Amino acid sequence: MKKRIFALLMVLSMIMLSLAACGSKEEKPDDGKKDQKEQVNDKVDDKKDTDAPKFYIGGIGPITGGAAVYGQHVMNAAKIAVDEINAAGGINGYQIEFRFEDDVHDPEKAVNAYNTLKDWGMQILMGTVTSNPGNAVKEETYADNMFMLTPSGSAPEVVQYDNAFQVCFSDPNQGMASAIYVANKNLAKKVAVIYNSSDVYSTGIYEKFAEEAKNQNIEIVAAEAFTDDSDTDFTVQIQKAKDNGAELVFLPIYYEEATLILTQAAAVDYKPLFFGCDGLDGILGVENFDTSLAEGVLLLTPFAADAADERTQKFVADYKAAHDGTIPNQFAADAYDAIYIIKAAIEESGVTPDMSISDICDGMKEAMTKISVDGLTGAGMTWTSSGLVNKDPMAVVIKDGQYVSAD
Amino acid sequence: MKNQVLNLKTRVMNINKSTRSNAVTIGGILIAYVVCTALINSGNMSNLLRNLLVAMCYYSIMAVSLNLTVGILGQLSLGHAGFMCIGAFTGAFFSKITVNTINNTFIRFTLAILIGAVAAGLFGIFIGVVVLRLKGDYLAIVTLAFGEIIKNVLNVFYIGYDSKGIHFSMKDTASLNLEEGGMVVVKGAQGISGTPRNSTFTIGVILLIITYLIIVNLVNSRSGRAIMAIRDNHIAAESVGIDITKYKILAFSISAALAGVAGVLYSHNIATVQSTKFGYNTSILILVFVVLGGMGNLRGSIIAAIILTVLPEYLRFMQDYRMLIYAIVLIVMMIFNWGPACINWRKNHSLKDLTKKLMKAKKEA
Repeated sequence: MKKRIFALLMVLSMIMLSLAACGSKEEKPDDGKKDQKEQVNDKVDDKKDTDAPKFYIGGIGPITGGAAVYGQHVMNAAKIAVDEINAAGGINGYQIEFRFEDDVHDPEKAVNAYNTLKDWGMQILMGTVTSNPGNAVKEETYADNMFMLTPSGSAPEVVQYDNAFQVCFSDPNQGMASAIYVANKNLAKKVAVIYNSSDVYSTGIYEKFAEEAKNQNIEIVAAEAFTDDSDTDFTVQIQKAKDNGAELVFLPIYYEEATLILTQAAAVDYKPLFFGCDGLDGILGVENFDTSLAEGVLLLTPFAADAADERTQKFVADYKAAHDGTIPNQFAADAYDAIYIIKAAIEESGVTPDMSISDICDGMKEAMTKISVDGLTGAGMTWTSSGLVNKDPMAVVIKDGQYVSAD
Repeated sequence: MKNQVLNLKTRVMNINKSTRSNAVTIGGILIAYVVCTALINSGNMSNLLRNLLVAMCYYSIMAVSLNLTVGILGQLSLGHAGFMCIGAFTGAFFSKITVNTINNTFIRFTLAILIGAVAAGLFGIFIGVVVLRLKGDYLAIVTLAFGEIIKNVLNVFYIGYDSKGIHFSMKDTASLNLEEGGMVVVKGAQGISGTPRNSTFTIGVILLIITYLIIVNLVNSRSGRAIMAIRDNHIAAESVGIDITKYKILAFSISAALAGVAGVLYSHNIATVQSTKFGYNTSILILVFVVLGGMGNLRGSIIAAIILTVLPEYLRFMQDYRMLIYAIVLIVMMIFNWGPACINWRKNHSLKDLTKKLMKAKKEA
């Protein structure tokens, strides 16, 4: 009875032996392995390029679990960008291989995903989608000196090392920009904040907003927190904001909770100005939500899906065509930009796929400080060696069920 | 020569059964360790697997320690991840504030492990005193609640450190009032990041073996027999004068302390730790290891933990269907692993039989 377990252990070590065989291929996976990668675009004539070196770009984010919607948007948008680039002849003539791995919004799983991608031959990381996993993965990329560009991991710690860069605004920057915007436009003097204390994004914005509000002479009359475990009933928070006479309610949260807050505020006939950050983007697409409640909501977001410029329209049309009419959110736009930023950095630095991971990283991180990229989420994006992006925040207001520029 | 071999054989046979079984388990772990180290050193192991080795160790420690509560004490606990959480946070906190003062990694990490174990153990005693009056379903629900309480309380902790000492707040970092150059160690929902990454496979294996030995020795001691008597029939146990509360708390707190060790190993492995990781999902996962491996079967727990840690990673090629397939495989394993047909098959195909057959064949030759 007990010996059999020993036998199992032996079998297990044998399995390990056989698994270990996969480990030897680090840099360039062979063609047999390529069959497994269904995520690679099929538009490109693979036969022609099988022997030509390619850039292996990996992506990490949640495509299952609670935060899955963000990861899926990033994955889908990045694939659209990769397909476009490959169809147009690649980067400096090199095609791109892209593979996206799931991290279930968990740091531990994210590191596993990172190692899976490394075994696959990843040279550049476009990830992670969320901040906490990013904090774990950045240690790995730093140790390996692998170039890392996060589309939407907005905590400033994610880009703490010199090999990591951000496409989105960092949380503190959003908080600061929000406070300055409220003050400059003279929107309100008394502000209430409802934020998610168990979420890094939300607390990050709130803390900086509170700090900057003092400088801008904005009074925070109520700072009400909720957590992921209590995100359905906001009547207490709304009542407190109402009782303290807040003219503006700042919502540095994601749109799912915001729809509930708007609905519940309307139920008690409380109509302040609602102001949010990029997390509110997507609020009009929520099912069973009366969009007339969102009328007049202001949000600072780098991306609006119905912007009039040609590139945004093309991207939104492509995305909708490929994914059953789903409208891409700001995460998707960040990811789309991320791939083009990687392209720009590669072109600037002139790195080639046959270089080592570390050499590619050194070349690209220097190039990042020199390039300026016009993307969906901002024109003339530039970076400093700190990894933070410089771009103008854009305010949009919801009018007649549409996002319209507020300026 | 033949005599000597026979002699050795009878001597091996004379060793008591549990010692022999322990030797097999520890031998198995050591063999796996040697094989893995050899593979790493020869550069033949994939990055993924190399990274998973430490995870296997701490999940095994979790499974073995929970088995003490569930399998040996016979009480269902659904809050085991809460103790891991305490170990992870206290250990990581200690390492972060002493990283510049204690330069010897070995001493610092050993202290971190001890602190994590003691902190989790103390919580085990505290919670044990409160909840162990209950049993069965009631206890399960209360432990579940305590696990969630630990998670949610740590989620709002802000702890900073500067020359004046440790500052604490439950509101935000600004209210810590740190002086210039102070460091925020615990950052609410962001938890602790930048913990020195001291966990290695070797340390993990050593801790796993120590955990295993602690529990095996406990089980085979007078206390262990008392604990199992409580499991089998607590009224009978009480009637022969066993102090039920004492032994329950003893088992529960040792189990908690060992979970704390696993937590320290966890937080020093991936450099960032958030309390949200230690919700009931993780508790249930650990319980799944125990149930799959067999209640009271320590070796089974280790094997189940290893398999279920590796499995989801090696199902990645399934893409979107990964977690679905994982769930199906889990259900199939649960149904068949302890089915009579499977147990029979294993009996007929055990290593013992194989060696016997070989011996026979040798003799006949």
